[in-house]
Amino acid sequence: MNVIVELEKPLVELEAKIDGLKKLNETQRVDFSAEIAALEAKARQLKNEVFGNLTPWQRVHMARHPRRPLALDYISALDGFTELHGDRTFRDDPAIVTGYAYLDGMPIFVIGEQKGRDTKDNLYRNFGMPHPEGYRKAQRIMQHAEKFKRPLVSFIDTPGAYPGIGAEERGQSQAIAQSLILLAGLRTPIVVNITGEGGSGGALAIGIGDHIVMLQHAVYSVASPEAAASILWRDAGRAEEAAKRLHLTSDELFEFGIIDEVVSEPLGGAQADATRVIADLLAADKRALARLTRLSADELVDRRYEKFRRIGSHVERVHDSAAR
Amino acid sequence: MAPTPSWLRRRGARPEAAPDTLWEICPGCGERLYKKDLAERLRLCSRCGHHLRLGALDRIALLADGDFQELVPHLITSDPLQWTDRIPYAKKIAGDRVKSGLLEAIVVGLCTVEGVPIGLGVMDFSFRGGTMGSVVGEKVTLLIEECARRRLPAVIVTASGGARMEEGMIALMQLAKTSAAVQRFAALGLPLITILTDPTTGGVSASFGFQADIIIAESGAAIGFAGRRVIDQTIRQKLPEGFQSAQFLLEHGQVDMVVRRGELKTALARFLHFVSDQKVPA
Repeated sequence: MNVIVELEKPLVELEAKIDGLKKLNETQRVDFSAEIAALEAKARQLKNEVFGNLTPWQRVHMARHPRRPLALDYISALDGFTELHGDRTFRDDPAIVTGYAYLDGMPIFVIGEQKGRDTKDNLYRNFGMPHPEGYRKAQRIMQHAEKFKRPLVSFIDTPGAYPGIGAEERGQSQAIAQSLILLAGLRTPIVVNITGEGGSGGALAIGIGDHIVMLQHAVYSVASPEAAASILWRDAGRAEEAAKRLHLTSDELFEFGIIDEVVSEPLGGAQADATRVIADLLAADKRALARLTRLSADELVDRRYEKFRRIGSHVERVHDSAAR
Repeated sequence: MAPTPSWLRRRGARPEAAPDTLWEICPGCGERLYKKDLAERLRLCSRCGHHLRLGALDRIALLADGDFQELVPHLITSDPLQWTDRIPYAKKIAGDRVKSGLLEAIVVGLCTVEGVPIGLGVMDFSFRGGTMGSVVGEKVTLLIEECARRRLPAVIVTASGGARMEEGMIALMQLAKTSAAVQRFAALGLPLITILTDPTTGGVSASFGFQADIIIAESGAAIGFAGRRVIDQTIRQKLPEGFQSAQFLLEHGQVDMVVRRGELKTALARFLHFVSDQKVPA
């Protein structure tokens, strides 16, 4: 169960009550405006209490909220999106959506990891967990972006690459590894958006770029908190503790220099005002592309190299005696 | 570049921290093996031939011509997340140093293999499960950059559980960093060869492990993206016979060859000669 959905239950109930009173106000002779104002004040206060100071674990659930905008919600807000299908080798993976569109008149290629909206949809989308053929479809689009000199924009929202028999047989590692190589050397601007869950290598496989934007309540992690807890302590039940330790929130990652920009969300999360959040995110992409398209391909690739080359946290050991 | 440090020349100087210092049980057949004999037999089981895990220093002795010069030997993590746990990360690292005799999970340097000069990186599973954090990512990148400068082939022997959890996203970003280095290296027309040993999974297999021109799997190695436990928990069905074994990967077209430990150097040198020797004049 999603902890945010649980947490916001009293708020949802209160808002329903306010709506009911408002309707009564319109139809009945009795004036409820004082009661409505009082309840609205209470709702605001409750909203502040619930969302004002989310813990890392609550942020994970915010990123997984069932009503949170998904990759296709952003992509559909672009002009003239046309989906392109298939890896030309095995099958079309519905967990990754690719195609081309216009961002305020600028032609771009897009790649997005797509979760489902309900159980049936999620089974179709494999809960947003791509197979190797999904990454290989994305590789086709990366190469198109370079060949046709169009920027590439990606939307990350996945628990991770799918861990299954077929995925292993068809080379999940190789597929991700190859995507990383292609993105690192791609001679066209790349803007990456982390909109929901950024889970490990399965996220990074569409996540190397020149400008990395993250929504305030998205998370991006070396492994999902459940997987990390399982790896560290052989106990997926300690996921909440792992979430706290992994530093997976947008503010922490901005501080570490892993991401370049945070787009804020309304109180209550992206789903509270999806139209605004989608517009804000695409506006950030547009600003970044306006800057990046002025650079030559050589400059782009060199700067991208330096951007990732810098990431690390190590020192030369001065006194080398204890261990050896 | 530092000269070969004394600890590397002095083979067998590894501190014996294991509870049983004399005997080791073969994970393949359960046979009790005398450690001294085992070391002399490249850590192959005398009964079933199982390839027991080999440390980085023994591996270097196996592959290099005896002239290994280590690069950046003193690089250590600065514990970016200040990770605390029941045992703090810094303390786990200290324990691994004693256990493995290494400062980190990889040793990189320059050497020759049957006379062919190369850059060689060797991972060690006994240090944090060979996981890639900041130091491993940096050392792999530096090795590849050094090979690019000197126009040398690069060889990396992998043994890793993937990205290091205790360094969070900084660890994941080492996949991006090393991939960018491999991309530049490959663009120069230089060869990268990886030797995947037991086990190679997660972030290391999903980056340089599978980015090589030639991928050699050591006999008996478990290789894959997801660990067996994760797959078990996700799909809850019986896994096929030999799933994620070196042979399984060969059959599914994921590696170029499966080679027994005793023949690794020959197999490696054969390709190095093939790509490095003067071309026949036209």
